[in-house]
Amino acid sequence: MTTDTDASGVNSAGTGASQGTSTPGSPAGLRQTAGDGRSAPPAGPRLTRRRILGAAAGLAGVVLLVLLPLLNLSLPGVLPGPTYTPGSLQLLAMCMLMAAAALTYHLLLGVAGLLSFGHALYFGAGVYGLAIILQNLDIPLLPAMGLTLLVVIVLAHVVGSISLRVSGIPFAMVTLAFAQAGSVIVGRNPDGTTGGDEGLSLRTENLPDFLVGVVNTRNLYWLALAVLVAVFVVVTWVQSSRAGHAAAAVRENELRVRVLGLQPYLVKLLIFVVSAVLVSIIGMVFLLLQSGAVPRAISADLTITLLVMVVLGGVGSRWGAVIGGVFYTILDQRLTTLANSDAIDTLPDILRIPLSEPLFILGTLFILVVLFLPGGLTGAAQRLAERRNRRSGTRHSTAASREILEESA
Amino acid sequence: MTAAAEPRPILRIERLNAHIAGQQVVEDVSFTVPAAGITALLGRNGVGKTSTIKAIIGLIDRTGAVELDGVRIEKESTYKIIRSGVGYVPEDREVFSKLTVAENLRLAERDDAPRRQLVEELFPDLVARSGQMAGTLSGGQQQMVSLARALLNTNKILLVDEPTKGLAPKIVAEVAETLAEAAKTVPILLVEQNLHVVRQLAEGAVVLSGGRVVHTGDALEFLDDAELTQRLLGVSADPLAEKSAGKGAAL
Amino acid sequence: MSTVVLLLFTGLGLGALYFLVAAGLSLIYGLMGVLNFAHGAFLTLGAFAGWEVARRTGSDDWGIFLLSLLVGAAAGAAFAAFTEFVLIRRLYQRHIEQLLITLGLSLAAVALFDGIWGTDPVFIQGPAWFKDTTEIFGARVPNDRFVCIIAAVLVLLAMVFFLKNTRYGMIIRAGVENRSMVTALGIDVRKAFTLVFTIGGAAAGLGGVLASHYFGYVSPMLGGSLLIFAFIVTVIGGLGSLTGAAIAAVAVAVLQQFANFYLGGTGDFVVVLALALVLLFRPSGLLGRTS
Repeated sequence: MTTDTDASGVNSAGTGASQGTSTPGSPAGLRQTAGDGRSAPPAGPRLTRRRILGAAAGLAGVVLLVLLPLLNLSLPGVLPGPTYTPGSLQLLAMCMLMAAAALTYHLLLGVAGLLSFGHALYFGAGVYGLAIILQNLDIPLLPAMGLTLLVVIVLAHVVGSISLRVSGIPFAMVTLAFAQAGSVIVGRNPDGTTGGDEGLSLRTENLPDFLVGVVNTRNLYWLALAVLVAVFVVVTWVQSSRAGHAAAAVRENELRVRVLGLQPYLVKLLIFVVSAVLVSIIGMVFLLLQSGAVPRAISADLTITLLVMVVLGGVGSRWGAVIGGVFYTILDQRLTTLANSDAIDTLPDILRIPLSEPLFILGTLFILVVLFLPGGLTGAAQRLAERRNRRSGTRHSTAASREILEESA
Repeated sequence: MTAAAEPRPILRIERLNAHIAGQQVVEDVSFTVPAAGITALLGRNGVGKTSTIKAIIGLIDRTGAVELDGVRIEKESTYKIIRSGVGYVPEDREVFSKLTVAENLRLAERDDAPRRQLVEELFPDLVARSGQMAGTLSGGQQQMVSLARALLNTNKILLVDEPTKGLAPKIVAEVAETLAEAAKTVPILLVEQNLHVVRQLAEGAVVLSGGRVVHTGDALEFLDDAELTQRLLGVSADPLAEKSAGKGAAL
Repeated sequence: MSTVVLLLFTGLGLGALYFLVAAGLSLIYGLMGVLNFAHGAFLTLGAFAGWEVARRTGSDDWGIFLLSLLVGAAAGAAFAAFTEFVLIRRLYQRHIEQLLITLGLSLAAVALFDGIWGTDPVFIQGPAWFKDTTEIFGARVPNDRFVCIIAAVLVLLAMVFFLKNTRYGMIIRAGVENRSMVTALGIDVRKAFTLVFTIGGAAAGLGGVLASHYFGYVSPMLGGSLLIFAFIVTVIGGLGSLTGAAIAAVAVAVLQQFANFYLGGTGDFVVVLALALVLLFRPSGLLGRTS
């Protein structure tokens, strides 16, 4: 959506459609092909090799992360203590969960081009759903999780099918409104079920022992890591599936997908529900890790945090979402520590006030990234690499992520 | 008569490329528009005629050179290009439907001394309807508003995109008459599907196919070449019998 | 009867606040396609600026109240103009990135307000008359409701006059309908962008001062909570429509008040339900353009 006409509602259907369908490729011979040139780039040998290398690096990384609790590594300035200590493991587990949640947001924004401001509703539904069920029913963890999942699936279908009636920015507003309703209900604390502002603490009676208590942070860390890997695999699979390709095509040109005989609405709904289900599972693990449900878990702030992570990492990139999630979580934690430090306290007001507000720094950083680093951290890294190689013909992830952002408008 | 015979063209386009959402819609287009008369920009549906017009005035991203009366304008933003003397009559008229006719016209006035009198003489109907919302006008009346907006100012060139699209035969004739009148004072680049109108008005012709220029020359010579017209425009060889794409023959 | 009247006026007062936020949001979105998440921050800044006027002068008479309205509106307008001119303009036509910028700005601004004024609500005193009530059909309606309603009606009238009778108003109306055609008539539409942001910011800043009297306090979260309802109002009213925003603001707020009272505090929920219904049956909103 780079043209003025296209962007201004009324005309977009007319001009966008006629130009989109009738003059897709440049040479006359290609004009009849309805398929999409961009979503399926020619997979040359170089790409395949890169993919294999990537998978190998990923595998090595996972092995290292699995072993981390057994090692005595220190990363001063990043982790609060050596890697085997509960404090560090807790932070790392939080990084994993946030990275996984950012991945599910990537599925919405980066794959289907859906700018949702209500993703926290499903995360929160996982957190609160499981907490409430464990609190009130005497059933073991797995059935309780299954029950929560059922609730989330219904909820996501209802909200998704209504919100997807609009697209672009109205969609963002509507999802926000629904999530807000959820957040309001939690805050109202009906019949004392949600605990209101105080939140709910996790009832541990029906939980397996190995998931309870600070001594078992290690197990929760492994669980979080497993969730991250699983979510990554599922997201990759969805993205490469027929539905994923269709979603990407819908993002680029809804009309053409309709011409192909697919239902853009159903494709988007499917992605919406899958993403909601995944993030609710992450929410459930979050509950176990935090041993409690807090209102923040269902607030618009959380959705915004996920969006910030995805944009920081680079829209449209899975690794970007992971890196953004980890980077943000650690930075947030470090800045909070910094804000409470003595060094800050002695500064004059004009420096002390901004520096003692982590969100001020993160918000400013975010603005700077949007302004000056399109494509986020991964985009910047790729540009650096390309500058080194000076190889033309490769597609900038910067351009790709800009396009995704424009298409979701 | 041909473009090459003119001393200096009013508009020169050199290697123009344009993209919409990453797709190339205008490819390496070069042509010139002479400083007098009407030049037709022809081609089948969707070959990039409208995109070429929009690229000239910067409504879509473009690269290449665009020279208006000897001045390069391809780096300028749309409003500056228009201010430097371009009148634009878009496809589908694009009047502001929630503004009155008078407001539509007032918005378009950019000269110190807009040619209100001329417009009032050309379109007496609009004067009578000046307080009416433009959205409630008929298609033909809306086209008159759109033309009037361009004619209010002193321009170096008019870019007129499918002015007869979807209009009744009688109105088509009126529009053609107005354009012929306007062409006495300002050169026009005209996109038009109705070949009878083209035959009536145009002197030069530029033909696009697949986003590229495939033919330039005299308009009548081109239209009389049945084989060429058939191949490039896909219309019936006999110009008098053609009824292309449901557009009624107006003559 | 008296309860109904009281609820009605309370709803109208709240609707006035929604309108003051939604008017700017709707015009900004209509003209520029920018969903402005920083609009709540404009409001909060206006509220704190108004509170600072009252605090520094140590006075709570009418003159100071009017001054605080003026200062609040000016603060909101200045912040908004800065936002458009320094941040939004650089990303011309990139609507999602513009949205992201306003999002980052709202995060940063609220955090900064936290740092400057603290996270706890600060309480505010207006002229004593505000706390009095006026009896209408047996209902004792707090006077601050009337102040909100009158202010919002005046703002609405001023905006309508501006849109109908000035050249920039005409450009804005035309731009909401078809921005590219405005530029294709040789008009630099960016000036209208700055103007719309400034006007919207002023209305929000004014709304901030009024909201602080309506609720009795100022807090950094004030804008954020009103913003979400203002979003709902703009969607229900139809994006880009000022009249739509006014009607929807009143409808949403009154509905909310009645549901809160008669349906056991379900006001917020009913509002979201209303939004869902509007979307199901009229996706472009009450007075929105069809897309």
